[in-house]
Amino acid sequence: MKELKASMAGTVLNVLVVEGEAVSAGQAVLTIESMKMEIPVEAEIGGTVEKIHVEVGGFVNEEETLMTLGE
Amino acid sequence: MTKTSETTGYNERLEQKLATIFAGGHPKYHEKMKESNKLFVRDRLKLLFDDENYAEDGRFANVEAGDLPADGVVTAIGKVNGQTVCVMANDSTVKAGSWGSRTVEKIIRIQETAEKMQVPMLYLVDSAGARITDQLDMFPNRRGAGRIFHNQVRMSGMVPQICLLFGPSAAGGAYIPAFCDIVIMVEGNASMYLGSPRMAEKVIGEKVTLEEMGGARMHCTVSGVGDVLVSTEEEAIEEARRYLAFFPANFAIKPEKLEAKAAKAGRTLEAIIPENQNAPFDMYELIDQLVDEGSFFDIKKLFAGELITGLARIDGQAVGILANQPKVKGGVLFGDSADKGAKFINLCDAFSIPLLFLADVPGFMIGTKVERAGIIRHGAKFIAAMSSATVPKISVIVRKAYGAGLYAMAGPAFEPDVCIALPTAQIAVMGPEAAVNAVYSNKIEAIEDPKERLKYVQEKHQEYKEEIDIYKLASELIIDEIVAPYQLRDVLSQRLSIYETKDLPLPYRKHGVYPV
Repeated sequence: MKELKASMAGTVLNVLVVEGEAVSAGQAVLTIESMKMEIPVEAEIGGTVEKIHVEVGGFVNEEETLMTLGE
Repeated sequence: MTKTSETTGYNERLEQKLATIFAGGHPKYHEKMKESNKLFVRDRLKLLFDDENYAEDGRFANVEAGDLPADGVVTAIGKVNGQTVCVMANDSTVKAGSWGSRTVEKIIRIQETAEKMQVPMLYLVDSAGARITDQLDMFPNRRGAGRIFHNQVRMSGMVPQICLLFGPSAAGGAYIPAFCDIVIMVEGNASMYLGSPRMAEKVIGEKVTLEEMGGARMHCTVSGVGDVLVSTEEEAIEEARRYLAFFPANFAIKPEKLEAKAAKAGRTLEAIIPENQNAPFDMYELIDQLVDEGSFFDIKKLFAGELITGLARIDGQAVGILANQPKVKGGVLFGDSADKGAKFINLCDAFSIPLLFLADVPGFMIGTKVERAGIIRHGAKFIAAMSSATVPKISVIVRKAYGAGLYAMAGPAFEPDVCIALPTAQIAVMGPEAAVNAVYSNKIEAIEDPKERLKYVQEKHQEYKEEIDIYKLASELIIDEIVAPYQLRDVLSQRLSIYETKDLPLPYRKHGVYPV
C-alpha cells in the first residue's frame, strides 16, 4: 500500500483516475494547482487506486494524503 | 649491490612489515566488509587512481603497535584522469577506521601536501570516529582532529575537495563530508550523524534506525548534506572520477575544454516547452537538447528537485547549469532549493566554471510555513551567491521569470554577461492572473454580471500581457537578445567562447557579511 501525498499546499485542479482503476508507476493521477502552477502528481508504484481522499476544488496542505494505492 | 646476509635480514624485516601493513586489519574484518559489499581500502585506491603507481606517506604509522597497520588510514598521492590528487582513505578493518593521533596527523599532512601542491583533495571516509581511549592525543590539541576541519575550510575554493562516503562518518567526523564540495554516498552503507541512534535513545529518548538518523538516502533526499546517491562503491568511484574531470587542479587554473559532442537526439525545444506558462514540462529533456550527450553530471538530483543543478559541457566547454524544474513543485523556489542553488554557484565560481541559468520560475514560495522556516534569508543566500559570482553568467529566460525568481536566476540587474530570452519568455513581478487580481480585485468583484466580469478580466489580462511583451523588454534593452529555440545551443556555445577571457576584479574588502 502506498499513500500519495501533496508535495506542496494548493488546490486540487483535477483527478485523473477513479477508485478501483489500475495505474502504472509514473502515471499522472491528479493535478494540484499552487502558485498558479499545475503540479502533476504521479503514481510512485504501479497498482490499483484504493481510495481518493480529496475532491476537485478542495484545498490540500503539504504532506496531506491525496490517494491510497494498493498493490 | 649484492645482498649480504645483513641486508637480506634488513629487507626481510621490511618486507614483513610491509606485508602486515598491506594486509590491513584482522581477516574477520575483511570478511565482514565483503558481506556488506564493501571493498578493502587498498582496492578502493586501485579503482580510483589511473594506475597503481601512486606514492604513499606515513605507511608505517603505528607499525610498532602490531595491530594498527597504517594507523587505520592510507594517505596517498596519485593520478586521476591524468591529474595529480591527494587522498586520505580510512581502513575500516583497522579498529573500524577510528582515528588515533597518528591517523589524524597523517590526514593533516596529506591536506598540507594538497595545499602546497595546489591539487584536489579526496576523502574516502569509512570511520567510526575518534578513538576515545586516545582522545588527549588526537582531539583537543593544535594538531588534533579539529585541525582537519580547519584545513578543509582553509582549502575550500582553493582546490576541489571531494568526499566519498563508504561507511559511517560519525560525530565530529561527520564534518569532513560537510566541508567538502561534494559528497557521494553509497546507499545501505554510508551514514553521517552527530549522535548515533543508540546515543539518541539514551540521551533524548528517541528511537530510530540508522537509516532514519543519517542514512545515505535520507541525506541525499531530505537533509541535503549528501549530493550523489549511488548503489555500489565502484559506482561511487566512477562518479568521483567523472566529477573531477570538470575541474581544474586549483582555483588559479581554468577548466579544460574537451572534445565537442553533439546533443542527444530528441524532441525540439519548440515541442518540449508548452505555450501555457502554467503547464508543467520536464526541464531535463530541454537540458539534454542543449548539452553534449552524456555530459550532464547531476548534483543533488534527489534533493529540492524544483531546481536542477549540474555540470555539463556545451561543445566541450564546461558549464554549471541551474534550471528551474516546472515538473516538480511547479519550479517554485523554496528554502532548500535556494540553499542548493547558492552552494552550486559558489562551487562553480570558485573553480572558474561559467554559469548558465535556465529560468522558468513562478517565484519564491509564500505562506506561513516557509516564512517561519526563513525563506527570506535562504532566498537572500541564493541571490547573494549569484550576485557575487564573477565567472561568466548567462541567463536564459525560457518561459516565465516572476518576482525574486528573476533575480535569483541572474536577471538583468545582476550583471549577467548576457540575458537571452526565448520567444516564450515572460518577465514580470507576477503572472497575469495574479497581477490582475491584485490590482483590480475590487472592480472585478463589483461587476455583477458574470459575462461582463469575465470580459473585463480577459481585457485586463490582455493589457497586462502587452505590457510585459518580450519584444517590448528587448526594445527597452532590458534583455539583450531573443533567440529562436532551435538556435539556443549554438548561441550558448558561441557565448561561452566569447566570455572565456572574462576577468572581473573582486570588490576591495575582506569579505561580505552574507545571509546564511
